[in-house]
Amino acid sequence: MTMSTDPWVWLAALLSLFIFSYLYKDNPLFKFAEHLFTGLSVGYLIVIYYNNIVRSYLLNPVLADHRWVLLVPFAIGLLYLFRFIPKLSHLMLIPIAITLGIWNGIALPLTIEADIIRQMQGTMINTSMFRNPWDPYTGLAVGILIAVGVICTITYFFFSREHKGALKVSAHIGIWFVMIGFGASFGYTVMARVSLLIGRLQFMFTEWIHLIK
Amino acid sequence: MKKNVPLAIVLVLGVLFAVQYFVPSRLSQRLYDTTLEWDIIISIPALAIAVDSLVRHHVVRIRQRRKGWGYSWVYLGAAAVMTAIGFSGGISEGGLFMNLFTFALAPMQSTMFAILAFYMTSAAYRAFRARSPEATVLLLSAFVVMLGLIPVGAALWRGLPGLSEWMMQVPNMASKRGITFGIGLGSAATILKIILGLERSWLGGSE
Repeated sequence: MTMSTDPWVWLAALLSLFIFSYLYKDNPLFKFAEHLFTGLSVGYLIVIYYNNIVRSYLLNPVLADHRWVLLVPFAIGLLYLFRFIPKLSHLMLIPIAITLGIWNGIALPLTIEADIIRQMQGTMINTSMFRNPWDPYTGLAVGILIAVGVICTITYFFFSREHKGALKVSAHIGIWFVMIGFGASFGYTVMARVSLLIGRLQFMFTEWIHLIK
Repeated sequence: MKKNVPLAIVLVLGVLFAVQYFVPSRLSQRLYDTTLEWDIIISIPALAIAVDSLVRHHVVRIRQRRKGWGYSWVYLGAAAVMTAIGFSGGISEGGLFMNLFTFALAPMQSTMFAILAFYMTSAAYRAFRARSPEATVLLLSAFVVMLGLIPVGAALWRGLPGLSEWMMQVPNMASKRGITFGIGLGSAATILKIILGLERSWLGGSE
């Protein structure tokens, strides 16, 4: 059995083993890797943020294209730093308010369209469903099943009235749909994690210790 | 005054950008693009606050010799080294910065997520015991989806991948759609409360 001579591969393999060691129990090697990971992530994000945001949106346009007007939003952003002066810390609320106002204004129609109107549109029975009513994906039967599922799921989360009578039946059907949904999502997520695990083991056995060729 | 000005800014900008969505003109689009660019620039100094908060937390931990304070040195050292390498050597492919990303950061991240497979399985064992019809449905649904995604599933029964796909596309979608609908109504209500100044927790303090 041969092993890799590349120091980078050794670094990746050892750090992966440090993280895997948590499966036994919490230990200093895992804690070291955990803090190294968060520290490196912060450093990485600072550098990427500087390159992608600070340079692209502020330094280059101002210094190279002389768009001095961009210093105005930067000056507004500097109000964040009044956080460090307790007497004037309320000034920090100005940039927060601007960001909150802009994003809430943008998000309101988008949320209504994407999460409410489009979902209603997708749930409605349409004429194309009658062409092949028993198609397992686009047929009328499936359309009815989805419509029933959506309405029952919503009633399960409707707490403004006591679940009695028809509401109780509907909510009970709703929980079955919710359970199928959660189970499917769980299964899908587990498989994604298992696929990552296989990827790590493959790396160890092929690139590090050359056990698999 | 200290709180009224920010509330007024949120109200004016919130209404302006909610209306902007319905105005299909070049001027409206320019307003949208410029404001987004300005907002990105406004957020730049907030990075200093984020870094200050993280550094302060670890410096205090080291100063007070709290449990595990030595690891704070690892954290601060790693952040400082990565930042210094990025600023001095650049972020081009094949450089030290990107090698640290590829051979230290990325493997640790995927291993962190990979070990979750074990914890999810043990959690599932405890949670999925078929104690009620609903728990049995959850168990079966997860089982069918998992088996449908691997070759063994198709070897056991040819129809399993199709059933797994159908469960993802039909009953799963129905429940997700119902939940999304609820999230949408809740989000829209919360956004309206913030724009109208009824939700004020972001102002801090007792309000």
